[in-house]
Amino acid sequence: MNAKEITVNQQDPEKVNNITNKPESLLKIGVEKFFKNKLSVLGGITIIIVVGMAVFAPWIAPFDPAKQDLLNTLAPPSMEHFLGTDELGRDVFSRLLYGARVSLLVSFTAVIGMKTIGVVIGASAGYFGKVVDSILMRFVDVIISFPQIFLLITMLAVLEPGLKTLIIVFILFSWTGTARLVRGEFLSLRNREFVLAARTMGLKTSRIMFRHILPNAMGPIIVSATLSVGGVILSEAGLSFLGLGIQPPTPSWGNMLQAAQDFNIMVNAWWYPIFPGLMILITVLAFNFVGDGLRDAFDPRDK
Amino acid sequence: MSKVLEKEILEKESAGEPKQEILRVTDLKKYFPIKSGVLQKTVGHIKAVDGISFSINKGETLGIVGESGCGKSTAGRTIIRLEEPTEGKILFKGKDISHMKEKELRKQVRREIQMIFQDPYASLNPRKTLGSTIVEPLNEYNLYGNQKQRLERVGELLETVGLDSSYSNRYPHEFSGGQRQRIGIARTLALDPEVIIADEAVSALDVSIQAQVINLMQRLQEEFELTYMFISHDLSVVRHISDKVAVMYLGKIMEIADKNSLYEEPMHPYTQALLSAVPVPKKHGATQRERITLKGDIPNPANPPKGCVFCTRCPAAMDICREVQPILKTKKENHSVACHLFE
Repeated sequence: MNAKEITVNQQDPEKVNNITNKPESLLKIGVEKFFKNKLSVLGGITIIIVVGMAVFAPWIAPFDPAKQDLLNTLAPPSMEHFLGTDELGRDVFSRLLYGARVSLLVSFTAVIGMKTIGVVIGASAGYFGKVVDSILMRFVDVIISFPQIFLLITMLAVLEPGLKTLIIVFILFSWTGTARLVRGEFLSLRNREFVLAARTMGLKTSRIMFRHILPNAMGPIIVSATLSVGGVILSEAGLSFLGLGIQPPTPSWGNMLQAAQDFNIMVNAWWYPIFPGLMILITVLAFNFVGDGLRDAFDPRDK
Repeated sequence: MSKVLEKEILEKESAGEPKQEILRVTDLKKYFPIKSGVLQKTVGHIKAVDGISFSINKGETLGIVGESGCGKSTAGRTIIRLEEPTEGKILFKGKDISHMKEKELRKQVRREIQMIFQDPYASLNPRKTLGSTIVEPLNEYNLYGNQKQRLERVGELLETVGLDSSYSNRYPHEFSGGQRQRIGIARTLALDPEVIIADEAVSALDVSIQAQVINLMQRLQEEFELTYMFISHDLSVVRHISDKVAVMYLGKIMEIADKNSLYEEPMHPYTQALLSAVPVPKKHGATQRERITLKGDIPNPANPPKGCVFCTRCPAAMDICREVQPILKTKKENHSVACHLFE
C-alpha cells in the first residue's frame, strides 16, 4: 500500500456538512464591532445621507440648480428656498445636492485610483525588496519632492480644467503616501511565518501578495482611504475655490464657496457661504470618524 | 493502520532493504551580506551557515541541535529554499535543488518538502479560517477532485492531527498554542510531503503539550513514512525523536552521529559541554554528568575565529586549534567529528 495515501473513512455526513457551511467571517465580527462605536455609526449614517442626496439629487432637488431667478437674488432661507438663493437667484439647496454629486464622484474615483496604484507599487516594492524596492521608492521620493499644490495648479492651468482632469491629477500625484504605507506593511509582513509557510506550500507569488499579505495590511489601507476621501473633498474644494477645479455653472461645494467670497455676500447673505462650508466640514468629519471606526473594527488583535 | 500495511512493513524490514537516501546536503553555505553606508556597499558577511554536509535517509529523523545563533534555522530555511544558498549543493532525491528557480521549485519540489514553524501564533494567517488555510495548497495543485472533496480532505487532515473536522470554519485566534501547532502540522501534511523540516516546532509550547505534539509527529512519521529534519535547541527532545543528531556551532557541524552513539559517547568537547548541561532525573539512577561550563559568548559570525570556530571557548584547545580548521571526519561507525583531538 502506498503509505502516502490516507485511508478515507466513511465520514459522518454531519461533519462533512459542517465544513461546507459558511464560516463565521471576520467581516461579521468586524461589522459588530463597528456598530458599537457610536461616532463612526454617526459618521456612517451621515455618509449614507450625503451619498443618498447625491444619487437622488434630481428627485430631491426642488429646483433646477442652473435655473436663475434674477428678481430673487440672495434671498434668505424661506419656505420656497429653504437654504436661500445665491447671487444669481439659484436655489442653494438644489446646488448643494448637485455639488455633492461632483464632490463625491471626484473623491471616490480619485481615492480608488490612487489606492490601486499605491497598493500595487507599494506591494511590489515591499515584497520583492532589493533593486525593485530601491527603484520604486526613489521614484516615489521624486514625486513627493515636487511642491504638490503648485504642481496641481500648474497642471490644471495647462490642461483643460474639469472633472476628468481633476481626477487624473489627483490620482497621479497622491498615490505616493499609500505606496509608502503599503510598502512598510509588506516589509514587516513578508517575513512572517505564515507568509513563509505559504511560500513553502508553493503558492504563486501574486496569490501570496494579494491573498495572504494584503488582507493583513488592509486595516491601515482602509483607514487611509477613508481619510483620503475627506482629503480629496477638501483639495477639490480648495482648487475649485481658486477657480481651477470644477468650472461653473456645474455646482461643486468648492466653487459655491468661491462665488460666496464677496464681502457683500459674506455680510449680508450668511446662508450662502455657510452651507457649502458646513457640507464640506460634515462630510470630511464623517469620513474621518468612519475611518477610525473601521480601523478598530478590523484589527484582529483586539477581539 | 491496515494489516496489509503492517505486513508490508514487516516484509520490508526482514528483507533488509537498504534505506534510501532522500536528502543530501554538501558543503552548504549561506552568507548574509552586511551592508553599510549610503551606497549600501557590502562590507562583510555573516556566515550563518558555513559549509555543512549531511544526508538523511527516507523515514529517518535527523536532529539538529545548537545554541541560538548557530545557524540551525538558517540551514533549515536554506534547504527548503526560502533562502538562496551562497554555495554548496542540496540534493533532494538526487535532484540538485540548490539554485532551482522558484517556478521549477513549485513544480518539482515544494510539494515534497514542507516545514513546521516555530511560532504557532505567527505561522497561521490570522485572516483565514483553518479550512481555507489548509485547502489552499490543494487548490493550488488541483488535488482531490472538486472543492467539496477537498474540504472533506481538510476534515480528514484535521482528524489525523487530533482535531475535530468541524474546526475548519474557525479562525486561528480561537485556538491554543498546541492546537495551532497541530493545525500547522495538518497544513504541512496536506500536500503529502516526503520531508518535513521542523524548525523549533515544539519550543514555543508547554512541556506537556510538547510531548503530545512530539508523539503526534512520531505517529505521523510511521503512518506516512515521513522524513524529518528536526531543528531544536532542546537536547532531550532531539534525543527522543531523532535517529541521527548533528551538533552545530557557529554555522558548522561539530559532530554528527547516530543518536545513541552521540548521547552515550560524545566526542567533541562542545557536545560534551552541551550534554553535561542536560539535567538527569535522579530516579533513573543515572548520574549527572560533571558539568562543563563554557566561558564567554558565541563569537561574532561575521568574524569567526581563524582555526576551529570553537577554540575560543574550548576547554581542550591546543595551539593547532587556533590555526587550522578541523575537518569533519568519520571516527567510528556513523560517528563523525570535527576536532583536532581525534586526529
